[in-house]
Amino acid sequence: MNFDLSDEQKMLGEQARALLSDLSSFDRLRTLIDSGAEWDEPLWRALAEMGFLGAAIPEEHGGLGLGALDLGVIMEALGGANAAVPIMSSIVLAAEAIRLAGSEAQKAAWLPRLASGEAVATFAYAEGPGPVFATGANLESGKLNGSKAPVADAGIADIAVVLAAGGAFALVELDQPGVIRTKLDSFDQLRPHYRLDFADAAAEPMSGVGKLDRLIDQAAVQAAFEAVGAADACLHMARDYAMERQMFGRPLASYQAIKHKLADVAVATELARSNAYYGGWAAESSPDDLPAAAAAARLSGIKCFEMAARENLQVHGGIGYTFEANCHFYYRRERMLAVHLGGRGYWADRLLNAQPGSQAKAA
Amino acid sequence: MDFNDSPEEAAFRAEARAWLAEHAPPHELPTGVKMPDTEEADRGRAWMRALYAGGWSGLTFPKALGGCGASGIEAVIFAEEEGKYHLPKGPFTSIGTGMALPVIAKHGTDEQKARFIEATLKGDITWCQLFSEPAAGSDLAGLRTKAVRADDGSGDWIVNGQKVWSSWAHLTDWGILVVRTDPTVPKHKGLTFFVVDMKTPGIETRPIRQISGASEFNETFLTDVRIPDANRLGAEGEGWACCMTVLMGERLGSGAHRSGIEPLLDYAAATPDGHGGTMLDDRAIRQQLAEALAEEQGERFFQARLRTMVSKGENPGALAGMVKLAYASRYQKTNGLALELRGLSGIAPEAGDTTTGDVQYDYIYSTVMRIAGGADEVLRNQIAERVLGMPGEVRMDKDVPFEALKG
Repeated sequence: MNFDLSDEQKMLGEQARALLSDLSSFDRLRTLIDSGAEWDEPLWRALAEMGFLGAAIPEEHGGLGLGALDLGVIMEALGGANAAVPIMSSIVLAAEAIRLAGSEAQKAAWLPRLASGEAVATFAYAEGPGPVFATGANLESGKLNGSKAPVADAGIADIAVVLAAGGAFALVELDQPGVIRTKLDSFDQLRPHYRLDFADAAAEPMSGVGKLDRLIDQAAVQAAFEAVGAADACLHMARDYAMERQMFGRPLASYQAIKHKLADVAVATELARSNAYYGGWAAESSPDDLPAAAAAARLSGIKCFEMAARENLQVHGGIGYTFEANCHFYYRRERMLAVHLGGRGYWADRLLNAQPGSQAKAA
Repeated sequence: MDFNDSPEEAAFRAEARAWLAEHAPPHELPTGVKMPDTEEADRGRAWMRALYAGGWSGLTFPKALGGCGASGIEAVIFAEEEGKYHLPKGPFTSIGTGMALPVIAKHGTDEQKARFIEATLKGDITWCQLFSEPAAGSDLAGLRTKAVRADDGSGDWIVNGQKVWSSWAHLTDWGILVVRTDPTVPKHKGLTFFVVDMKTPGIETRPIRQISGASEFNETFLTDVRIPDANRLGAEGEGWACCMTVLMGERLGSGAHRSGIEPLLDYAAATPDGHGGTMLDDRAIRQQLAEALAEEQGERFFQARLRTMVSKGENPGALAGMVKLAYASRYQKTNGLALELRGLSGIAPEAGDTTTGDVQYDYIYSTVMRIAGGADEVLRNQIAERVLGMPGEVRMDKDVPFEALKG
C-alpha cells in the first residue's frame, strides 16, 4: 500500500504555498479588509495562470483534468494562507455542479471560463436561518423566484448555481434586472456574503435532482483540506510565538500547559489530514466509500480547525486580540468554514446514515 | 495513493496467508471461553514453536541472529494476516520477541545470545519485564531496586526491591530487570541491566487485584536474589541505554483492528428511547457517536500513513504516539457514553446482557490504556518536543546524585 501523496502532488502543494507566500501575506489581508475589497483579484489571476483553478476541471473543458487529491493540496495551501479568493464557491461548488448536472452547452459555455478565472461563479444554497440546504426558490418555465441568503462571493460572481425546489439546480446570470444583490455583514471579513432576491429572473434548468449529495460530499472533502491547512498554520503560528515569547525567565513554549494544548491540536490536525486524504482517495477511486469518507473528513476538519483557531489566539494572549496580530483572520474564517456546507449535526447524521443500519429515523 | 500491496508485498502476503491457512487453525483459541492462564501460556508457547518451525518467528530480527530479517512492512502484513485468527498471542510471548531479544541482540555477549535467542524464538523461554516500581513509572530512571556485589568474591549480585505491573511474571521463565547499582551518581547513570531466572530463590510474584476484577499484572518482590554476573547485560551503569533499546522496540500497530464504534451503534440501536424509537435516533447521541467514528477513521488512515513511511524506510518516531494518545481517550469516552445512553441498566444489567458487561469492562480497562505504554501526559510531551520542536521539561534531577534526590 501507499497511503501518501504522490511526488507530483507534493510539488503542487509546494508551488501553491510559494505563490501564496509571495502574494498573500497577512499585511495584504489587512489591506484588503481596510479597503473593503470583495476579494484578492490579483491573487485569483495568479492562481488561474498557474492552472490551479482548473486543476480538477476536465481537459476538454479547459482544465488540467487532475483529481480531488490534487485540488485538495491546493485547497490546503489556500487554507493555510487564509486566502481571500472564491475558490470554494466558483470551483469546488459551482464548476463541479455544472460538471455534474449541466447540459453540454452549459459546460461548454462556463467551465472553460471558470477554469481560466475569467468568470466567477457561486453556489446559492441557504435561505436564511436554519438548515443550510434549502429548496424554497422556484424555477418554472425559465423564471426563477425566491431568495437565497447568505451566498458567498455573490458580489463578484457572474453566475450562480441555485439550489431550487425539488432539489433542482438552476443556472442564473446575476447581472440582470430580475436579480437583486444585497451585501450582508460577513463575519469572515475576507469572504463577503450576499442576499440574492430573484423576481422572474431568467434561469436555465440543470439536471440537478439527486446530484446534491455527491456535490457536497466532494466539497466537504475539499473543505477538510482547507481546514487542515488552516489548522496547521494556526498550530505553527502558536508554536513559533510560544518559542519566542519569554515568561518568568523561560520560553512560553516550555510550559506543559502550552505544550500539551498544542500536542492535542497536532493530533487532531493529523487525524483530520488522514481523513482528508482518504476522502480525496475515495472521491477519485471509490465513490461508494465517499459518503462516509467525506463526512468523517468534514467532522474532523471542523474539529481540528476549531481547536487550532481558538488556542492559537489564546497562546498569543492579549496581542492575539489586536488587529495587528494575525490570529483573527483564522478565528473568523473558522466559524465560516464550520457552518458553510452544513455544520456538525448535519454531517454527523450523514456519517451515521452511511453506516449500515444507523440511518436517522426522521431525516 | 492506493491501498494495494506492491508486487513484493503481495507475494509476501500470499505466502504468509497460505502458511497460516494450513497451520493457524489448530492453534486458535475457542471464543467466549475463559481458560486458565497456564493453559493460555502453554498454547502461546505451542504457537511460537509452530512459527519457528515454519520460519516466521522473529520476523524483523536479523537473519544472522536466527530471525527472518524481514522488513517492517512485512511484519505489519504478517500481523494483519495472523490477526485474522484468534491465536494465543500476548505479553507472555511478545515481551520475549519484542523486548528481550532486541536488548540481548544489541547489548548481550555471544554466550548470552547463544543461550537465549533461539530458545526465545522457539517459545522455550518466555519473558516478563521487571522495570516499573511503585515509585517509578513514567519516571522509570527513579527506580530504587538495588543490586550490590556479594561479599563472597563470587562476583554475583544481590538484588533487593520491588517491581510492579510485571505482566505474566507468575508464568514466565525469565525476566529482563533493571536495577540501581550506584546511588552516588545521577539517576540515569547508576543503573545496570540483568536477565534473571524467575525461579531464583527470593523472587515472589503476587497477582495484583485490579479494578477490572482481572489479575494479569503482578507485583514482584526481590529479596536477596542472587544473580550471577554472567547474566548482566551491558556494562555496569549502562542500564539506561539497555532500557532505551527495549522501549524503542515498541512496534507500530498492525492496523488490523476492528472498529470499536460500530458495536456501540448497534448497542444504541438496541436501547429504547421511550418515544417508540431507539437511542440511535437521539441527536446528542448521534453527534457524539459520529464524532467518535470520524476520529476512529482518522486513526485508521493515520496508521496507514505511518505504515507508508515505514515501508519507505522512514521512522515515524513520536508521530506513532499520536494514535495511542487519541485512541485511549476516545475508548474511555465512548464506552462511558455507551453506559450512559443505556440508562440505569448500564449500571446494573439484567442477567444475560453480556454486551453491557463488555462495555463496563472496556470502560474500566480504558483507564489503564491511558497510563500503560506511555501515559497521555508523557506522549503529549513527546509530541510537543519531538514533532513540534518545543523545549524539553525543566529537570530538577539533572546532575544530582540519586541519593541526594528527594522522595
